[in-house]
Amino acid sequence: MTKSRNLLIGLLAFLVIVGALVFVSGIWPGGDGQGVTSIAIGGPYKLEAPDGTVVTEQSYRDKWQLVYFGYTICPDACPTTLNEIAGALEKLGPDAAKVQPIFITIDPARDTPKAMGEYVKAFDPRIVGLTGTPDQIAAVAREYRVYVAKVPDKDAPDGYLMDHSSVIYVMRPGDGRFVATFTTETSADQMAARLKKFIGNS
Amino acid sequence: MIRTSIVAAALICGIALGAAAQQSGVTVSDAWARATPSGAKTGAAYVTVKNMGTAPDRLVAVSTPVAGVAQLHTMIDDNGVMKMRPVTAIEVKPGASVTLKPGGFHVMLMDLKQPLAEGQSFALTLTFEKAGPVETKVIIAKAGAAAPAAMGGVNMGDMPGMSGK
Repeated sequence: MTKSRNLLIGLLAFLVIVGALVFVSGIWPGGDGQGVTSIAIGGPYKLEAPDGTVVTEQSYRDKWQLVYFGYTICPDACPTTLNEIAGALEKLGPDAAKVQPIFITIDPARDTPKAMGEYVKAFDPRIVGLTGTPDQIAAVAREYRVYVAKVPDKDAPDGYLMDHSSVIYVMRPGDGRFVATFTTETSADQMAARLKKFIGNS
Repeated sequence: MIRTSIVAAALICGIALGAAAQQSGVTVSDAWARATPSGAKTGAAYVTVKNMGTAPDRLVAVSTPVAGVAQLHTMIDDNGVMKMRPVTAIEVKPGASVTLKPGGFHVMLMDLKQPLAEGQSFALTLTFEKAGPVETKVIIAKAGAAAPAAMGGVNMGDMPGMSGK
């Protein structure tokens, strides 16, 4: 009696865990089968562009958005990813006009709008760099499930470096819903090919 | 006495070789950096180190006149979270080479005196535990470049005449 009851509880617990795993890992049926999911990534935000204009989640709804988080003190990982994004824009040709890459800082204390503008310009002027108040940045990072941690380093500017998730989120035009991720492993060629497919199917 | 003349000979050798600095069995080559956005306080430099000797050696320090602070750093990809950390030394086994490249070991340049401009170069001194200091010339490639310009990186854009235009 107790044994079968335990078994039942165990089975239920197992199903809940499997369900949760499927949910969070984004292996949801449908789409192009690569991380396409219906889980909530993204949401409302209010940030500042280098020219001082206020940017919200509605600002680029007419385009495929590539949302990437990083910071300008980062000399290795962020430039690599931004360079791949710039390469993808290059390869997309005229279709690049349908894509808006967005680089959001996770280091608002140091990254002023001007610093963000100068930084993204070095890779491609079509990339927009956004910053905001610490609260605004914390909110948008949370919405995009971005891990951020301040790491003390006495020799670094202002005594710290940042650990951060390095994922590019692809958001579709119209409702701005999350459709796929690119990683640090995704090359400019691969990004361009997948974006072309998305654009062609829309 | 003998040791002094070996060091002296090695120094002369190093000066004579110019491009590929060589000293006490360690060669340093293909030094490059990424251009930095204007206003940037940090940058990264990359280099290939080869141990031609018979004993292991360790790269323990880096310095350059273009940055207030230069350190050996590594980039760790911890399940999609990028973590940059200082390292105290990079070991180079005898006969082996270590390439500092994007996504791994790099020379972290902090407190840059001025932005690193594409096409220009700067001096970098690598100090080894046994081989001592070795100076090399760092060529600046474009911002975010994946490889030194001279080696034809994968992201260097289309070659003229090959773009199909």
